[in-house]
Amino acid sequence: MRNLLIGGLALAAMTAAPLPAQAEDSVYIQLATYRTGPFAGSGIHIANGMADYLNMLNERDGGINGVKIVVEECETGYNTQKGVECYEQAKAKNTLVFNPYSTGITLQVIPKAAVDKIPILSMAYGLSAAADGNTFPWIFNPPMTYWDGATGVLSHIANELGGLDQLKGKKIGYIFLDAGYGREPIPLLEKMAEEYGFEIVQYPVPVKEMQNQSAQWLNVRRDKPDFMVIWGWGAMNPTAVKEAIKIRYPMDRFIGVWWSGGEDDARAGGQDAKGYKTLNFHAVGADFPAIQDVKRLLVDTGKSQTEADRLGENLYNRGLMNSVLMAEAIRTAQEITGKKVITSEDMRVGLENLNITEARLKEIGLEGFMAPIRTSCEQHSGHHSMYVQQWDGEKWVKLTDWFPPMTDKVKPLLAQAAQDYKTSNAPWPDRAEPCVN
Amino acid sequence: MELLTGIFVTPFVQMVTLPDFFLQVLWEGFVGGVLYALIALGFVLIFKASGVFNFAQGIMVVFAGLTLVGLHENGVPAYLALILTIGVMGLLAILVERFVMRPLVNQADIILLMATIGLTIFLIGLGEFIFGGEPKQMITEELGLPTGSTAIEIGSDGLLILQHIDIAAAVIAITMVAILGVFFNKTRIGRALRAVADDHQAALSVGISLNQIWAIVWFAAGIVALATGIMWGARSDVSFALEIIALKALPVLILGGFTSIPGAIVGGLIIGIGEKIGEIYWGPLMGGGIESWLAYMIALIFLLFRPQGLFGEKIIERV
Repeated sequence: MRNLLIGGLALAAMTAAPLPAQAEDSVYIQLATYRTGPFAGSGIHIANGMADYLNMLNERDGGINGVKIVVEECETGYNTQKGVECYEQAKAKNTLVFNPYSTGITLQVIPKAAVDKIPILSMAYGLSAAADGNTFPWIFNPPMTYWDGATGVLSHIANELGGLDQLKGKKIGYIFLDAGYGREPIPLLEKMAEEYGFEIVQYPVPVKEMQNQSAQWLNVRRDKPDFMVIWGWGAMNPTAVKEAIKIRYPMDRFIGVWWSGGEDDARAGGQDAKGYKTLNFHAVGADFPAIQDVKRLLVDTGKSQTEADRLGENLYNRGLMNSVLMAEAIRTAQEITGKKVITSEDMRVGLENLNITEARLKEIGLEGFMAPIRTSCEQHSGHHSMYVQQWDGEKWVKLTDWFPPMTDKVKPLLAQAAQDYKTSNAPWPDRAEPCVN
Repeated sequence: MELLTGIFVTPFVQMVTLPDFFLQVLWEGFVGGVLYALIALGFVLIFKASGVFNFAQGIMVVFAGLTLVGLHENGVPAYLALILTIGVMGLLAILVERFVMRPLVNQADIILLMATIGLTIFLIGLGEFIFGGEPKQMITEELGLPTGSTAIEIGSDGLLILQHIDIAAAVIAITMVAILGVFFNKTRIGRALRAVADDHQAALSVGISLNQIWAIVWFAAGIVALATGIMWGARSDVSFALEIIALKALPVLILGGFTSIPGAIVGGLIIGIGEKIGEIYWGPLMGGGIESWLAYMIALIFLLFRPQGLFGEKIIERV
């Protein structure tokens, strides 16, 4: 009886944990992050960037239009089950938006979002078809989808070769994390291979084998692909870079998606990694007024978890950009609804009406940090521009100008994929949300 | 027909027509096998002494590697960091013996297994608390380990590339096995250790200190974990993802037997070479990525013929 009583009291104490204190003029945002586990090497920097920008707005401006942002992290460990638990916690605390930071978690929460009326922001990851706002009114994946990224890689390769027609007869190796994330661009790549007459050779890397890729790279050595494309994450990236060096693969023919471009990923290969390329859709570096504000108000005062020398690194800036999108969506929603303290339904409207112009970027201290972004009711991704960066042995250097994805190829495929998703998840509800433009 | 050719003809044709590549596959399999064997050794040591399947061996690899790199990052010279890390693993062994093993003497094996699972979770948390979750670069050069590679020309245009760190891994592993073999078979402590493995109570009754033996064996497993952490860390980096790789030791143990040091080595090599050959020559037929389950298939096939593993002790229980 005594044990039962103690157990009961402990349970009561745990379940009675208070919700985060929210003043009247505040909104709550949960950040699903992973500072632990096999993917922490990538997750920590993104988490720092996300938290720092929102906290900087609180410190510098008192929030957004006087509304404080209550920021709370939920550790997922990049584990889908834990991620869904974080989503449920976020829902209970009335989060404005949910950032899964994992394609696996995104796929799980997509059907829940419309029911719970919580917008999902999967910035340049997740389900590519979710760009179709009419089918997925609650899901947003700006500035572009994985399929846009895949065409970006092919565009760059074609440029190197002298034109898209030169892809014919070429062999392109695709090494990827054998999970929802890595498998996402395969339909697009296969379709493009069929159209342009190149061969795509797949090298899946199981999560358990992320740091044990010698077999995959031996296959690469045997198959001799003309170019290698990587869709890796966490410990998979630095291992792949080292293995590519080991088999003496020409690094300037090895190109990754934007998630394979952490400084630590390339740094693992040292000077031998020189030439390795990845896509990107924002600047690298801390030389922006907004990031300097983060440094002054948070990093220098010990209010941030970011180490000063890692401020402005690629994945840090990725997380920061994620929060820029959220902050701008809040501001937009406030303008449209006339409310200061918005709800998650208002936030959806804000995300659907994002219009971050060059002038606006300058205003928020991020001039030239990223390409302008615009979303609409129909278009939740925007298919915005990207560029290729190259590792010079010590840092990332911008290699190309901004260039757009092949939207003429991607859009019809996305529309078809959205339709297929709707059919296979029938009865998928028709969009009932009004378009507020 | 195409499938049959892919299974029975093409792989063998490739082996013959690209001999340098086949040799490279064998070498990579050998190195991988050596590293699996090192991980398996840690499991075997503790299983021999206590009958416990030490689930924490994987995280001990990570913990040892992180301690070494973490100390060096804080200004401790590499060799001193190595000595201090050995000391930390010794301290960990004493603490595990005192607070995990000793209170559980004579408990059922499943209780001890659960205790090591608890220890794993504790060490993950402790490691992340002390060192953070970020992967760290192994201090290969600072430790005097060789880097770079040697390319051997084979035939007119064939090439066999040997990484110096892989050669060092093989030499270190073989040396460790030899030392452990002598330790177990030729020393008084080694014999006492085997007595403890047979029967805790009987060993106690002849004056063997169970506490001392367990502390020694956990320390030895800690040293093996450190060597493994250095070698795997040099190949990729030291991160918590390495803990998952430790599970590759399971098929090695199934194959080699849970109580045999030579079994861990031979099992490691069979699994290492077998999975590489399987993945390279037959993997593409199944879409690739078969390595993770192929190791278990190889182990299970061996089990059909030798249920106790290649070198495991045949357990005969009379009723």
